[in-house]
Amino acid sequence: MTTRLPIPKTYKLFINGQFPRTESGRSVKIAGAAGNTVAHTCHASRKDLRNAVEAAAGAQAKWAGATAYLRAQILYRLAEMMEGKAGELAEAHRLEAGAAGTHGSESRATLEVAAAIDRIIHYAGWADKYPQVLGCANPVAGPYHNFTVPEPVGVVGIVCPDDHPLLALVSLVAPVVCAGNACVVLASETNPIPACILAEAIATSDMPGGVINILTGFRDELVPHFASHREIAAIHAAGVTPEQRKTLELGAAENLKRVTVRSSDGATKRRSDEGGFDWFDDERCEGPQWIEPFVEFKTIWHPSSA
Amino acid sequence: MTSTSTPPHRLDFATALTQWDYAPAPESVKPEIAGRYGLFIGGEFVEPHGSQSRGTQGDYFPTVNPATEATLAEIAQAGEADVDAAVRAAREALPAWAGLPAKERGKYLYRIARRIQERARELAVLETMDGGKPIRESRDVDVPLAAAHFFYHAGWADKLRFAFPGWHGCPSRESGSTAGTAVPPTPLPIGVCGQIIPWNFPLLMAAWKLAPALACGNTCVLKPAETTPLTALRLAEICQEVGLPRGVVNVVTGDGRTGAALVNHPDVDKIAFTGSTEVGKRIARAVAENNYLAHGSESRATKRLTLELGGKSPNIIFEDASLDQAVEGIIEGIYFNQGHVCCAGSRLFVQESVLDEVIAKLKIRMASLRVGDPLDKNTDVGAINSREQLGTISRYLGAGCDEGATLHVGGAVNGLADRWNGTAGTAVAHGAVAQTGKGYWCRPSFFTGVQPSHTIAREEIFGPVLAVMSFRTPEEAITRANNTPYGLAAGVWTDKGSKIFEIASKLKAGVVWLNSYNKFDPASPFGGFKESGFGREGGLQGLRGYVKA
Repeated sequence: MTTRLPIPKTYKLFINGQFPRTESGRSVKIAGAAGNTVAHTCHASRKDLRNAVEAAAGAQAKWAGATAYLRAQILYRLAEMMEGKAGELAEAHRLEAGAAGTHGSESRATLEVAAAIDRIIHYAGWADKYPQVLGCANPVAGPYHNFTVPEPVGVVGIVCPDDHPLLALVSLVAPVVCAGNACVVLASETNPIPACILAEAIATSDMPGGVINILTGFRDELVPHFASHREIAAIHAAGVTPEQRKTLELGAAENLKRVTVRSSDGATKRRSDEGGFDWFDDERCEGPQWIEPFVEFKTIWHPSSA
Repeated sequence: MTSTSTPPHRLDFATALTQWDYAPAPESVKPEIAGRYGLFIGGEFVEPHGSQSRGTQGDYFPTVNPATEATLAEIAQAGEADVDAAVRAAREALPAWAGLPAKERGKYLYRIARRIQERARELAVLETMDGGKPIRESRDVDVPLAAAHFFYHAGWADKLRFAFPGWHGCPSRESGSTAGTAVPPTPLPIGVCGQIIPWNFPLLMAAWKLAPALACGNTCVLKPAETTPLTALRLAEICQEVGLPRGVVNVVTGDGRTGAALVNHPDVDKIAFTGSTEVGKRIARAVAENNYLAHGSESRATKRLTLELGGKSPNIIFEDASLDQAVEGIIEGIYFNQGHVCCAGSRLFVQESVLDEVIAKLKIRMASLRVGDPLDKNTDVGAINSREQLGTISRYLGAGCDEGATLHVGGAVNGLADRWNGTAGTAVAHGAVAQTGKGYWCRPSFFTGVQPSHTIAREEIFGPVLAVMSFRTPEEAITRANNTPYGLAAGVWTDKGSKIFEIASKLKAGVVWLNSYNKFDPASPFGGFKESGFGREGGLQGLRGYVKA
């Protein structure tokens, strides 16, 4: 009687609805809490990022053009697919090195997955409501019908923190995507596996290929390329260092990207309102104010006369 | 396009210039202008500091009337020490101003609106003298809209807590937590705002910047453009008149160095800039550097930024448009304010089937555009704002000709015929730009035979120069209209309702005028997509840039 040899999974990138290996041929060892090798993930390159941006740019217009009702249903479908993978996602949290004390514990991991699924549900519902809350009709002093509508900015680059590898990612992605944007996500460096499993849920959720693209790799290497890529219209980041933030903002100046950095590290600064917050805090992490940085306001005038 | 397309029974375009003549109708109000203006800091007009290292007196520079090149006044050049004094004044004024009952704050803004209305004629004349725009526009557009902006925002001061539904997590005056409170939280002001404005709508831009900032409880340091400081200084006088608390509004005049000092000042919480995309990007870089230094620093504030930058806005005319109205829209779009308008409709796309007809109508309409003394009530196109800008426009006119486009110059020159001195038809500008005499003059013009790759089709000219192109299908119009790094505004002309809204939804622009162009209102947010900047000014969305998120 021989012990069955398990089949370890190879985690790949998620670009345009497909799972390619990195073009660079590089991989990263993901270490478990005991220092053991849990898995290997792709070490994405600049070229992978460019491919992902191209996929996102190609998918965005159609996603934005889909009815808001459909976008809402697809996000709801994503939550359904995540629910089916909840056990696998929770297990992936427990693999993380050094995470045992916090979200590595079994109950914490389960809570984190549940919160991530519920966050998707929250933003699924926003798809057909945020234009009503953020937009308005404007009473101009003249015979004009005038109204302001929020529209998606386009392709958004999302840089995830190492902590809360699923919940933070979902919290950064969902408000962006529900509004009709497409995105390229750089997952947690220390534990990208929940993101890789999420990609499998996305791939089976009716989400059009290219709307959400997920890369695994290193922030220090890829943040400068997120910053400088001219097809990226906005950045949504958390867990970046002050140096990386500066890189993002300097790069953003070249094509006037909109940069939003969520400081979840608890750091407070003088006269700053970017105090730390908890990814589990629905009050802080949910609402149209999370969508607003990723829309452009378009104001339309038309004469009103018989 | 050749002149043979002009119907023979109509007024001939080329000779119209000499046939139209008007008796002068100059505006008679003569506003008082002091010989020299200091800086408005802490509620007082003060002399600029000199350079301490060199022991010099403060510097002054002349502001000239671009129609006569006469010096109107000497204006203080604010240095770093002056900007620092202004920021300190704003910082000191902040707690009391932000802490004032909101309704009281609003009442100051109402007072400012009223005083602008009461001094409207004086402000309009001053604006026209300092900037060169036709009195008809400063009187009917700039000044009334400036007053309206203060009036609109005055009413927001005590209603901010209703402006942002869903901001339950935002820091509030009522306390950190909002759970269980019946009253939504009032958003907090950002703090000291450095506001840098351009020369094309000097008073109106000051109002766009100051009114929302003040309504939200911020204090301001305003930097008017170098060539057009007079109405901002008059607005400072109005702030004195209405008893606005000292330091709430400060005005520092000067050139780009003054703006840079404001952008780089460590104690400014927000920069709001309207101007060129090039300078906007420079400011964005400076703010990024500042915010890196501010991390963990006790003496340096993290800065926020809003930018309202350049444009190369498309104006799209379909074959089923009301063509006469559309031609008025072309004129309004590109020749309003000598084309010194960031949202000017400078790329005209005409559906191929009506291209000849539109150009013929455009030529006829342009023949009656009167170029002349900005103070004359009949003038449509006034003086170009500065010699420098006239040079820029001339270079673009030359580039358009050099790259193979065909230049058509229009406009009835009124009382300025000698300025051209027989140079019409010469290479550089085909008589578009005045060559002799006083003042900076440029006749309205357009190019045909323009390719999308031409410089004049890609870059912002900021003058009365239109690039005319054609298209066949709506898809082509959308693609070509969006084929620019800019995204400030757009115009669409068609009488088909379903088509116009479809096109509007596909255009990447912050303001879309359907069957209209260049309409503005304080209740209507203004601002761009892409490299035309971020943030909105005016309307509900315009408040967003002046409160903490």
